[in-house]
Amino acid sequence: MLLCGLAVLATLGLIIYELMLRSGPSWHAFGFKFFGGHDWDPVNEQFGALPFVYGTLVSSLLALFIAVPLSIGVAVFTTEMCPAALRGPLSFFVELLAAIPSVVYGLWAIFVLIPILTSYVGPFLARTLGWTGLFEGPFYGVSMLAAGIILAIMIIPIISSITREVLMVVPQHQREAALALGATRWEMIRVGVLRNARAGIMGAIILGLGRALGETMAVTMVIGNRPEIARSLFAPGYTMASVLANEFSEATGNIHRASLIEIGLALFLVTIVVNALARLLVWTVTRGQPSRANA
Amino acid sequence: MPDTTSTSALHTVPPIALRRRVTDHVMTGAAVLTVILVLAPLFAIFAYLVYRGIGSINWAFLTQTPKPVGEAGGGMANAIVGSAFILALASLLGVPLGVGAGIYLAEYGRNRFGDVIRFTADVLNGVPSIVIGIVAFSIVVLYQGHFSALAGGVALAIMMIPTITRTTEEMLLLVPQALREAAYGLGIPRWRTTLSITLRTATSGVITGIMLAFARVAGETAPLLFTTLGNQFWNLRVDQPTAALPLQIYTYANSPYDDWHRQAWAGAFVLIVLIVTAVAAVRFAVRRGTFGAT
Repeated sequence: MLLCGLAVLATLGLIIYELMLRSGPSWHAFGFKFFGGHDWDPVNEQFGALPFVYGTLVSSLLALFIAVPLSIGVAVFTTEMCPAALRGPLSFFVELLAAIPSVVYGLWAIFVLIPILTSYVGPFLARTLGWTGLFEGPFYGVSMLAAGIILAIMIIPIISSITREVLMVVPQHQREAALALGATRWEMIRVGVLRNARAGIMGAIILGLGRALGETMAVTMVIGNRPEIARSLFAPGYTMASVLANEFSEATGNIHRASLIEIGLALFLVTIVVNALARLLVWTVTRGQPSRANA
Repeated sequence: MPDTTSTSALHTVPPIALRRRVTDHVMTGAAVLTVILVLAPLFAIFAYLVYRGIGSINWAFLTQTPKPVGEAGGGMANAIVGSAFILALASLLGVPLGVGAGIYLAEYGRNRFGDVIRFTADVLNGVPSIVIGIVAFSIVVLYQGHFSALAGGVALAIMMIPTITRTTEEMLLLVPQALREAAYGLGIPRWRTTLSITLRTATSGVITGIMLAFARVAGETAPLLFTTLGNQFWNLRVDQPTAALPLQIYTYANSPYDDWHRQAWAGAFVLIVLIVTAVAAVRFAVRRGTFGAT
């Protein structure tokens, strides 16, 4: 049994070891410049990962921007407002969202979401918010915007189910105390519940961020896969995970593969830090009970 | 509970200011709106999937292998079987390790070292699947010299372990301490107690965890891209490239052919039916089983 426990540790160790070992050539060739370079040119063996880092960050932050208010709303509704009979089915449906494979989200996004975006949402955004410069230029559907929206749909179940878990461990007497002081229900939720659960909700959000950063298939299918940095969300982009998905199996050059693995290593380190932080935050609230929501 | 307080309070204290009441209603409305906004895409996805899936699925899809590029017809039979094959390999590797680690954590891991493993498992759970694919590529594919079903199995097994570990631990901890003590009292050694009493009692819960892990990796595509690679033909050899349902959906969805799009939807439908059945079965079993408390 101890061996199996050690195997869990060893797996993590193996991941780190393999990634570092195999990305060596790229590290030696480019050093820190790797993450500052704009050019991604497998033919001339020039590799810079900045466009991918940018794409990953922007698409994930956009997803958080959309998903956070929605997820917290759903969690508050299920724990504080909704009739008891609705609670079970509602959380079941939200969990179902989490059970849909990434590739199916991508399929749906290509054939349903993108047509909706190009014919309704895109023109509307260009008209109302075009002046910000975020919604400019031609809009062909495959874009940073589409990636952000599909990512948001995918991380809502994670954020909302963990937030729900955190809200449920807020002691009942906090709510009762707020109500006894004459608070309305919303004031009770704001003062008695949300304020007490701040750290845990933050943890849930960061956990969602971790998932969004590493998400591959759905994003690859809708982001357009062009390694350029554009201000407009209508423009296509590229993420760290997508470039791995697209190029890894065909990377023949040693340095090309090493560069891709270095991107993988960076992705791994970022998600490790993000997840560890989130776990600590959630643990401080739920006192180390295993998190069921992420299963 | 909130309703009773507000109505009875009306007789003794002045009514709540209009602004506060309006805020209360607005926020309630906002919460309901978020629920609608979240459920809308869910229903949209399911409705469209069922509509396209049922319309696209046919006998040929379930029994034939893919036709050459551009030619209509054919099916994903080899991918369905391939997926089952890869998942079986993954379970073979992942389940014993995961359950073992879970047993360790529950029965022997109530200490600092156990916490380290617990934390590692949670962190492992968050590693992007594509990174796990890279690792499986470097430890299996580079070693063997070619893509194989085994590499995909290893990748999926790594993804299953953390989920299985944590649920197994959780389920074993629910087994009453008195049962263990009764076994010790009869002079049964600790390892025997763990296997025949504790694990036996928690079987349904442990299976729940395994099914959850299974459902989670069944639809994974990213770690298979450069491990099993995909295959146009039948393959049931561990060391050869193998077709997998999610991979086939990905390839077909990105293709320019209408007939392939149709098949991608059919494949997605088959995949979802598989996964939702697993999740629903788990939920049903959990509610009905001895571990209703969870």
